[in-house]
Amino acid sequence: MTMNENKMNVGAFFQKYTMTIALVLVVIIFALLTNGNSLLPSSINNLIAQNGYVFVLAAGMLLCILTGGNIDLSVGSVVCFSAAVGCVLMDKGANMWIAVFVMLAIGLAVGTFQGFWIAKLHVPAFIATLSGMYAFRGFSNVVLNGFRVDISNEGFLNLFGGGANCYIPDILRGSTTIETGVLNLTCLAIGLAATLAFVLMKVRKILIQKKLNIHQSIPAQIVTTAIIAAVTMWLTWKLANHKGFPTVLIWIGLVLGIYQYITTKTAIGRHLYAVGGNEKATALSGVKTRNVYWFAYASIGLMAGLAGILTSARGKGIDPTYGEGYEMDAIASCFIGGASAYGGIGKVSGMIIGAVLMGVINQGMNMISVDSNYQKVVKGLVLLVAVIFDVLSKRQKR
Amino acid sequence: MAKVLLEMRNITKTFPGVKALDNVNFQVEEGEIHALVGENGAGKSTLMNVLSGIYPHGTYEGDIIYDGEVCQFHNIKDSEKLGIVIIHQELALVPEMTIGENMYLGNERGHKFAIDWNTTYAEADKYLKMVGLSESSKVQVKTIGTGKQQLVEIAKALAKQARLLILDEPTSSLNEEDSRALLDLMLEFKKQGMTMIIISHKLNEVAYVADKITVVRDGATIETIDNRGTEAVSEERIIKGMVGREMTNRFPKREGVTIGDIQMEIDHWTVHHPLYPERKVVDDVSMYVRKGEVVGIYGLMGAGRTELAMSIFGQSYGTNFSGELKIDGKQIHMKKSESDAIRHKIAYVTEDRKGNGLVLSQSIKVNTSLAHLDAISKHTVIDGDKEYAVAEEYRDKLRIKTPSVEQLVGNLSGGNQQKVLLAKWMFAEPDIMLLDEPTRGIDVGAKYEIYCIINDLAAAGKSVVMISSELPEVLGMSDRIYIMNEGKMVGEMKAEDATQENIMALILQSGRGA
Repeated sequence: MTMNENKMNVGAFFQKYTMTIALVLVVIIFALLTNGNSLLPSSINNLIAQNGYVFVLAAGMLLCILTGGNIDLSVGSVVCFSAAVGCVLMDKGANMWIAVFVMLAIGLAVGTFQGFWIAKLHVPAFIATLSGMYAFRGFSNVVLNGFRVDISNEGFLNLFGGGANCYIPDILRGSTTIETGVLNLTCLAIGLAATLAFVLMKVRKILIQKKLNIHQSIPAQIVTTAIIAAVTMWLTWKLANHKGFPTVLIWIGLVLGIYQYITTKTAIGRHLYAVGGNEKATALSGVKTRNVYWFAYASIGLMAGLAGILTSARGKGIDPTYGEGYEMDAIASCFIGGASAYGGIGKVSGMIIGAVLMGVINQGMNMISVDSNYQKVVKGLVLLVAVIFDVLSKRQKR
Repeated sequence: MAKVLLEMRNITKTFPGVKALDNVNFQVEEGEIHALVGENGAGKSTLMNVLSGIYPHGTYEGDIIYDGEVCQFHNIKDSEKLGIVIIHQELALVPEMTIGENMYLGNERGHKFAIDWNTTYAEADKYLKMVGLSESSKVQVKTIGTGKQQLVEIAKALAKQARLLILDEPTSSLNEEDSRALLDLMLEFKKQGMTMIIISHKLNEVAYVADKITVVRDGATIETIDNRGTEAVSEERIIKGMVGREMTNRFPKREGVTIGDIQMEIDHWTVHHPLYPERKVVDDVSMYVRKGEVVGIYGLMGAGRTELAMSIFGQSYGTNFSGELKIDGKQIHMKKSESDAIRHKIAYVTEDRKGNGLVLSQSIKVNTSLAHLDAISKHTVIDGDKEYAVAEEYRDKLRIKTPSVEQLVGNLSGGNQQKVLLAKWMFAEPDIMLLDEPTRGIDVGAKYEIYCIINDLAAAGKSVVMISSELPEVLGMSDRIYIMNEGKMVGEMKAEDATQENIMALILQSGRGA
């Protein structure tokens, strides 16, 4: 009996942390292949800056996938469209906050619009968003007249992760400019505070579990907590040694935090999982299931708006081709992160692992200069292998 | 004595937690019509699924001997190759395709790379004529009525060169006239030498058409009645076999319950089919339930019981509703909304716990709280500790056997899943509980525990409506019994006046009168 249980525990452990283990391996492999260059502070900084939009879009995409494997194909085009409108506004001299508001509002409006057809008229999500993908790509071209529009608004670039100065200034050291080669105290302080807050939260959770007699392996939780805290501190140290916290990390953190909260603590989050797990049962439990779909699509629309802001800031402007393929990056991150293609299963934490894994592979291949065509092949294979593994591990359980 | 075409020997089939078939022996002679009768869940369909290879060789124990040879079917194709063709209760036709396309679906005529449509339609027409259909095989299936669709199913089976035809409730969706035509067609086929097995609840039909009748009860064949005499076997004789079991101590006593005022009442309640609005699924039904009372609703499959309960629960089934619903004497105008029903303190515990009741991919905890998240959350933010405490409370109360309430519901046994479903609805704090087949597909021990829970609910002053296809259960648990047939309420009895025989007789009479 105990033998069996032990076996199950080991199996369950591997099943639960497959992608995390894969991520660690991939990081080690690329560190070796690049002679440690992939672990340089500047590389890590790049990784975050390059993949900001993936985290944001994948968070939104996760909610759609949870409702039953539904995806949103339009996000890439919506990113471009909202950014195009915002950039044109700023180009015409509009205040950056007005532009930011407009970009977010466009994203939310598009999401609500598409969500309406999906939720209320039962238009298949795939088709509703495919039409959005075409239409908003077209609108972007119309708004931009087919040409690139640059952003000269320094405040916008600095705040949303574009240009050379998109870092949190080292207030603790009293400087307002970004310095390299000096230990960034502010960055260190923020990292420490975040880690401490995280550890305290976990300790509280474990104590409550103990009080309520919840059977969950406490050592395992302590280990995971310690690992996450260590990784956070390591990242903080790396960033503090470069230029400090990139501003885009604020937005990523904010989005991931909010989505983690929605999926784990709120009623609407619970409804998302329930609808994806068994829509009929959920409807019979008195949940307005169609509104759940609507919420998911409105939310990803808003995220597309935010991703539009981040993308245009990083590109210091907008080009009519920006955002192409973004939807696929977001979808892939969710599925690699263990979301079920049938809905009802998937976590923000898994999605983060998926997105980081994709990002690390991308960057690593760039650094060892793999041909860009082959990069796509590798990306495709990673997705396939991840999903096959997921399917197989579930089949063994039966 | 004619040659034995099929023998199923010592068949045992177990599902997780339930023994669906227990050492079943079953023999069919060539050229006869053999009826399988029994209550819902007795194991008839399971037995036929074993025979046709839906449950492949190796998933059951025992032997199938067909035409003198031991057979090991791994899928339906294997059994069809030998001429064993099953026609399922639910029509398995693609409405958008033509009759001919449907008949040869998976059995296409012509070459490997091109279907020969001329042969397809010519042959299809030939078989359609055999079953007495004058429609062209190029007509779309959705344009013909259900009676004719059933005939198409039979023609499809004939096209597979059937030697042994299995019909699972072939008349359940047909009206009287179409049913009779179908039965006569079966007799016609018999003359031509076809062997048939028919599963049916309609005992008058069975008595009319069958040569032999095998009674299945609790996963075992009880007896085989010969019906080839000059006089048809009486329905009472069949019923005796179907229900005859010991009734001692299977139901816990309900003590100290005072039955109070009328809690809920419906008057002239009529519901139409959601897809075919001209069809009445619930027809002018009136009934009531008192506080602390357990009211049983008995009826055969398709009697409209589930539809009645779901239509009361926020009109979650049907369309074109009419009639009155009163709660505590006040008339309620309920919207088409489940949450409205929950607000009016009604709960509907579904018969289909996996399909309509539980989210199998989620934990016991999540399922328990799903219908009443408001109670454990503040400003729509869930209080995780409170939720856990609630789930624990119900786990104790209902004795759900699990190491933790974090366990996924999909990993539980049927009985425990049913308890989680009950926990979910008890937590929603209803006054009126509509329990639909609360003990379907769970073993005897778990059934007893569910009965105890029902008694506790009544003792707490809840009004319980229990829908069941199991007569002993209805008799053993109810204070009062309503009997439904074909959408209508055909009788009401006090528990002390009711017997299995007079309930069954009531149903059969009403069925014949229609």
